[in-house]
Amino acid sequence: MTASAPSAPYQPRGTGLVVETAAAWLLAVVWILPLLYAIWTAFHPAEFSARFALFAPLSLENFVRAWEAAPFARYFFNTFVLVTLILGCQLVLCTLAAYAFARYDFPGSNIAFALVLAQLMVMPDVLIVENYKTMGKLGVLDTIPAIALPYVASAFGIFLLRQTFKTVPKELDDAARVEGAGAVQTLLKVYVPLARPIYLAYGLVSVSYHWNNFLWPLIVTSSVESRPLTVGLQVFSSSDQGIDWSVICAATLMTSAPLLVAFVLFQRQFVQSFMRAGIR
Amino acid sequence: MRRWSAAVHGWLLLLPAMALLMLFTHWPAFATVIDSFYTTPRPRRPSVFAGWDNYRQILDDPIFWQALSNNLWFAVGTIPLSVGLAMLMAVWVNDRIAGRTLVRMAYFTPTVLPMIAVANIWLFFYTPQYGLLAQLFGVFGATTQNWLGSKDTALICVTVVAIWKEAGFFMIFYLAALQQIPPSLAEASALEGASRWYFFRRVQFPLLMPTTLFVLVNAVINAFRTVDHIVVMTRGGPDNATSLLLFRIYELGFGFWDTALASAMTVILLLGLGLIALAQYGFLERRIHYR
Repeated sequence: MTASAPSAPYQPRGTGLVVETAAAWLLAVVWILPLLYAIWTAFHPAEFSARFALFAPLSLENFVRAWEAAPFARYFFNTFVLVTLILGCQLVLCTLAAYAFARYDFPGSNIAFALVLAQLMVMPDVLIVENYKTMGKLGVLDTIPAIALPYVASAFGIFLLRQTFKTVPKELDDAARVEGAGAVQTLLKVYVPLARPIYLAYGLVSVSYHWNNFLWPLIVTSSVESRPLTVGLQVFSSSDQGIDWSVICAATLMTSAPLLVAFVLFQRQFVQSFMRAGIR
Repeated sequence: MRRWSAAVHGWLLLLPAMALLMLFTHWPAFATVIDSFYTTPRPRRPSVFAGWDNYRQILDDPIFWQALSNNLWFAVGTIPLSVGLAMLMAVWVNDRIAGRTLVRMAYFTPTVLPMIAVANIWLFFYTPQYGLLAQLFGVFGATTQNWLGSKDTALICVTVVAIWKEAGFFMIFYLAALQQIPPSLAEASALEGASRWYFFRRVQFPLLMPTTLFVLVNAVINAFRTVDHIVVMTRGGPDNATSLLLFRIYELGFGFWDTALASAMTVILLLGLGLIALAQYGFLERRIHYR
């Protein structure tokens, strides 16, 4: 530590460090408390849902009851299909568009770019009334593609990849062209591999956003066959389950579990991805 | 000839994304404006031109003003607190405190959880008699109250949830920015004998301004589009005390199926967001040092 000490003169020491550590930990405990509370309730029998006893028996019964009370397997499947569909389409469309903006000089490109960026302010989340009408006209209401369509052409993705592609040296592009590669081949062989960290970052952000998205899926779906987890959970916990908090907490944890586990396992990648996605 | 082929290639690459953007962003935005000047089509009553009627009706509706004022208080509550907390968290996690990986994880975890799920957890948290909050108050012998059922506290309750959900997300950006500040700056100001607070105020804080702008834009947008927890926790109640603008749009459009009114209100919301964005960029851009 002595070697790095001079470069960090404002690193707190002694009492300062103790106070800061204690404060940071206190806030961390407050921050994680609601989640710990839900975990406690979900893993204990209902009579312990609001009572804390050190040796309360652990039980998985709440999870079993939740799983049996609603078609969660179907909801998981729907969310999985939805997230995969959105990410797959986004990657293809955004890559192509970003390549056009980064490397092609064509008339109208500035206007087109401004039109893309408009989506950052005029989000699909706000245009729910008109998009619902459009889905009705297309005859796709209550299907998984209807949930996905408004988000597939993502301004954020296009912007992020354009910034990345612009940092690729033009010489690499020229070299590939000299070797006889076409536009699409150059894109796949030169640009895409160099942008891999950005793809990972964008993928994680997109998956967690759409796994968690709620209002639009709530509006556009009306059957078990198309409902994603979030809407399924809402239907489950607001229907006549009574107020059995143990079961609701179990269902809640169940729906968030895949993201939570992925986050705990790949914490570094998650944090770095969110950073990368935000910085540009 | 080469220029021409570049133009064709460029537009071809752009076409799929642009077509979908047109269909699901530009067209609906345009159609919202048009529809806001027509009456809602009903089974035996096709829609007719209504002029400013929808807007007049909204401006005469006390619930609109209630939702607007709720939303402004929600924004005033969430934006400064979540951004301020995010900065504090980032400064702490950036120092070499014991167990900082765990602390950082605790701060960031709410971000990866679905809002709808955490809203359920918080609903339980706030439940009278059983909830953790009621129990904590019970320990001190205070009487419990129905936090979400009271007009005085419901909006504060949903604001707290939004702050809790967002602060860790914003922390990440501050953390990244802090780590990019060259250590030589800290060395130099330490040589000059500057205190830590002075170093933060005069060196770190100004260098964080581009991040702050980015985070602020996001915080403002989120304050006007976060309604998932409202749907779960209060459904706008009690007595519209927690109705936010987007929730009211949802209620008008899909509860009462009055799409014309919902469209007019969407236009108002979008205009408001646009104005805020212009103001932010115009005002803050001039006060920021970019590296």
